Amino acid sequence: MPTVSVTLNVNGIEHRLDVDARVTLLDALRDALDLTGTKKGCDQGACGACTVMADGKRILSCLTLAAQCEGRAITTVEGLSADGGLHPVQEAFVRHDAFQCGYCTSGQIMSAVCLMAEGRAGSDTDIREFMSGNLCRCGAYPNIVAAIREVAGGGDA
Amino acid sequence: MREFVYVQPAEVDQAVAAVTADPAASYLAGGTTQLDLMKDGVLEPERLIDITRLPLGGITGGGDTLRVGALVTMEELAADPAVTERAPFLREALLAGASVQLRNMATIGGNLLQRTRCRYFRDPTVPACNKRRPGTGCAAVTGAARMHAILGASERCIATHASDMAVPLVALDAVVHLLGHDGGRTVPLTEFYLTPGDRPDVENVLAHGELITAVEIPLLPAGTRSTYLKVRDRVSYEFALASAAVALRLEDGVIGAARVALGGVGTIPWRADAAEEILLGAPAGQESFAAAAEAAVRDPFTVPGTAFKVELAKRTLVRALRIAAGGAS
Repeated sequence: MPTVSVTLNVNGIEHRLDVDARVTLLDALRDALDLTGTKKGCDQGACGACTVMADGKRILSCLTLAAQCEGRAITTVEGLSADGGLHPVQEAFVRHDAFQCGYCTSGQIMSAVCLMAEGRAGSDTDIREFMSGNLCRCGAYPNIVAAIREVAGGGDA
Repeated sequence: MREFVYVQPAEVDQAVAAVTADPAASYLAGGTTQLDLMKDGVLEPERLIDITRLPLGGITGGGDTLRVGALVTMEELAADPAVTERAPFLREALLAGASVQLRNMATIGGNLLQRTRCRYFRDPTVPACNKRRPGTGCAAVTGAARMHAILGASERCIATHASDMAVPLVALDAVVHLLGHDGGRTVPLTEFYLTPGDRPDVENVLAHGELITAVEIPLLPAGTRSTYLKVRDRVSYEFALASAAVALRLEDGVIGAARVALGGVGTIPWRADAAEEILLGAPAGQESFAAAAEAAVRDPFTVPGTAFKVELAKRTLVRALRIAAGGAS
């Protein structure tokens, strides 16, 4: 079994790993580093549940090999808040009941944090369009949009 | 997923040499098609050559041409000010494709080489697929077809080329820069793709090991209006049923320049030369637009599931022409 050695920087901490070359960033996070906040939904790049940040940009960890992440700063939902509390987007999701089963939620939150950094949370239309890579089979979309709108500064409309 | 050896070469030449020397080797860039199809067992390379650390990024140029490195991501190209100002329909097409996450990963070179979304191609348990297993037939022709091609198609293959970005790029006469083990060459994007013909498995002019290093994009002259119209089953994060990339320059209500290409309906990104010929010198109006649409979708190959796309493609093009001409959408 061909393996690769890679140093992953996740949430500011470096981890040296020897893994099967096939191991995705998603599986490395969950299985090797025990960071199970990042979820495996479709494992095919279709659902967005596995969304993490690489060097500040949102990507899908299921279609990224762990081997490709040497030297990149990976941020997962566990690393959103430095002090152990909740990130404002997480608080807003709780306040707006922006989930039912919760399986897509960490991906939604990672995507929402990036959406704001990208300056794309200016209207409900933009929020829907630029969050469209994160599917929610429970259909919590209206509450997700409301949570994002509130944090983005649009008020609790 | 089948086991593979992961290689991260330090130089572009090393990467090209490594893939050229090994018929079972493939390049890996954004991974959004490559790893997806490897998980499905459709692609089974024994060696993956990761090119993402190579110096093939960056957008340079200015003036009338942009040179876009093969590793520039879709999001990066969409954010480029020159694209926004001088090729807005390219920006629209980029942002109409995939999701932000995928666009942060997918590269321009990889986007051009993305594989079809045909379900029969993407399912190795389906025996008949001329694209996946040459000579086995086409399950889509007799099966459930909807996201399939009507132009450049035949009973051998109706798989669509699903790129949105490539549609305005063929309209713009973009040029692909290639590097092989024996040197570089350039190929116009309109000559880069091959319709299925007898070999649906051969999709473009690339030799094994040849690498896309950059794409040269001629920008639109000042005074040209462009639009990309994408029609799909849901409003976002979905492939096109039909799309049209249109650029028009009007002079006193007469069309002085026209560029037209169709997506979602072709086995390759479909440059509609016949439509352009009709539009050139014609008054910008419904009659010219309808005639152009008829010409663009001439001699379609349809199966029951795709018959609706003939009319849909025409209406999509007429509406795109109306938008570009400045009329109501």
